[in-house]
Amino acid sequence: MVNPAKMLEERKVEQQSGTTKVKIEVKNFNFYYGNYHALKDINFPIYDKRVTAIIGPSGCGKTTLLRAFNRMHDLYPGARYEGEIIMHPDGANLVDRKTDPLKVRMRIGMVFQKPNPFPKSVYENVAYGLKIRGIKNKRFLDEAVERALKGAALWEEVKDRLNANAYSLSGGQQQRLCIARAIAVEPEVLLFDEPTSALDPISTAKIEDLIVELKQRVTIVIVTHNMQQAARISDYTAFMYLGELVEFGPTEKIFTKPEKKLTEDYITGRFG
Amino acid sequence: MTLSIGAKKAIDLGIFLFLLLMGAVSVAVTFAIVWVLLVDTLRFFTHPDGGGFPTSLIRFFTETQWTPTFYNKQIGIWPLINGTFLIAIISMLVAVPLGILVAVYLSEYASWKVRETVKPWLDFLEAVPTVVYGYFALLFVTPLFQKVFESLGIYMEGMNALSPGIVIGVMILPYTASMIEDAFKGVPQYLREASYSLGASKLRTALLVVLPAAKSGVLSAYLLGFSRAIGETMVVAVAAGMYPQLTANPLQPIQTITGYIVQVALGDLPFNSFEYLSIFAAGFMLFVITLVLNSIAVYLKSRAVGY
Repeated sequence: MVNPAKMLEERKVEQQSGTTKVKIEVKNFNFYYGNYHALKDINFPIYDKRVTAIIGPSGCGKTTLLRAFNRMHDLYPGARYEGEIIMHPDGANLVDRKTDPLKVRMRIGMVFQKPNPFPKSVYENVAYGLKIRGIKNKRFLDEAVERALKGAALWEEVKDRLNANAYSLSGGQQQRLCIARAIAVEPEVLLFDEPTSALDPISTAKIEDLIVELKQRVTIVIVTHNMQQAARISDYTAFMYLGELVEFGPTEKIFTKPEKKLTEDYITGRFG
Repeated sequence: MTLSIGAKKAIDLGIFLFLLLMGAVSVAVTFAIVWVLLVDTLRFFTHPDGGGFPTSLIRFFTETQWTPTFYNKQIGIWPLINGTFLIAIISMLVAVPLGILVAVYLSEYASWKVRETVKPWLDFLEAVPTVVYGYFALLFVTPLFQKVFESLGIYMEGMNALSPGIVIGVMILPYTASMIEDAFKGVPQYLREASYSLGASKLRTALLVVLPAAKSGVLSAYLLGFSRAIGETMVVAVAAGMYPQLTANPLQPIQTITGYIVQVALGDLPFNSFEYLSIFAAGFMLFVITLVLNSIAVYLKSRAVGY
C-alpha cells in the first residue's frame, strides 16, 4: 500500500539530493483545435525518472496537454501545435511538423482513461508493440512479455492463461495489462490519462503502487482529477486552469504552500 | 380545431391498424412467394415425366446433366449449381481483396471530405441497371480477354464464366465495400488510439487491430455479397452462355440457376408442363442456398462484437 507520509519524506530526500535531470521541456507551447485556442503559453519542465501530475478542473486542458506529448492530436483534423516540447537528451522538438509522430510514439507510451486492451490474447496484447517494431524472435518475445507483465504486477495472475482473451480479465487487470503493453517496448516516458478513473479503490491502489514503482525506470506524466492521488504519487505537480498553467512545483509545495490564490482555492476544494 | 379524447384515440387506432396492415402485406407476400415456390416444386417432383416421387428427387441429386427441356430428360441439378458457384467464386476473387482495400482506404486513410464525396459515387454504381453490366461483360470484357488469351495461344469462348464473374465482382464491390466500411466504423476509436500510441502506422493499425476486431462484420459482408452474386441474373443471362455443364474451366460457357430460369421463362413452353415446372425446382434450390448464406451472415453480424 502507498503510505503518503513516508513517500513525501522520501521525495524530499530525493529532491534535495538534486540529481534531477530535465527529460522534457515545454516551452511557449500553444495548441489550437481549429480556431479554438485550447492551451495558452505553457512553460514547465518534466523531470527524468519522476512522476509529474497535471491537475485542474474539467475542461482545463490537462488531457489536451498530455495528448500533445505523443502527438495523439495528429489523428484528428484541425489540430495545430505552436511552440516547442523539447525532449532530452537529443533535444528533438516533439511537436515540430518535421518530427515524425510515429517516432515520437515509439519513445513515449500511453495508458488511457478506460482500459483498452485489444480483443486478442493477453500475450498478443503485450507483444503487439514489439511485433510492430519488427521483433519476431519467439524467445525474445516470450521473455519481454514476461518481463513486462512482471513489471506491471500482473504476471502472477495471468501466467497460466497467457492465451486467454484479454477481455476475460477484470477491469483493474485490464488496466495493468495496458500498462504492461506500454512498458514492454521500454519507452522513455509514460503518459497516464486518468488511469484509475474507471477502477475500484483496490485496483486504484494497485495501479498507484505500480506507478511509484515504475518511476525507477521511466519518466511519468499523469493527468488526474483526483487531488489525493496527485498528492500520494507525484513528485511534481502542474496546476492548470482554463488552458493556462497556473502553477508548477514540487508536489508538497503545491499542496502545502501554493504561491497562487487560484491554486490554493482549487486544492482546498473551493471550486472545481 | 380541437378533437375530443375519444376522436384522438380513434385516429390513433386507425393509424395503428393501417401500419399493421402494411407491415402484414410485406410479410404475407414473402410467405406467398415461398408457398408458390414450394407448391410448384412439389408438382415438379411428382410429375410423371420425371419418374414421380421419390425417383425424381433422387435423380435431381444424382444425375450429372440438366436437360429437362430435351427429349431425353436429365434432371441433375449439379451442372447449374456448378455454374452458379463458379460465377460467384470468380466474382468473390475480385470483390474480396478490392472490398477490403476500398474499405480500409475509406475508413482509415481518406479524409472526411474525400469519404463524403466518394461514398455517394459508390452508391451510384449500385444504381446502374444490371443489364448494363451484362452487355459490358459481353461486348467489352469478353473481347478484351479473348485478345489477351489469344496472344497466349488459349482459345476463349464468346460465352464464358470468366467475364461475367469479374463484372459481377465489380458490381457487388460497392455493396461489400460499404458494408465492410460500416463494420470498420463500428470498431471503437480507443482501440485505434491504443495501437497508434504504441507507435503503429496506419496500415498496421488497420490490418492488425481494426480488421481483426471487425472480422465478423467483414465476413458477413462477404457472405451477403456472395449470395448476391449467386442470385445475380441479367449479367449471366447475357454473357455466360446457356450451357449447363460440370466444369471448373472459366473460359467455357456455363449456365447458372438464374440463367436457366430466365431462359425457360422467356421461352414458349406450355404452362404447367414438366419443363416449365423445372424452373421452380431450380428456383427453390437457389432460395435454399441464399437463405442459408444470409442466415449465416445475419448470425455473424449479430455477434459482430469481437471486442
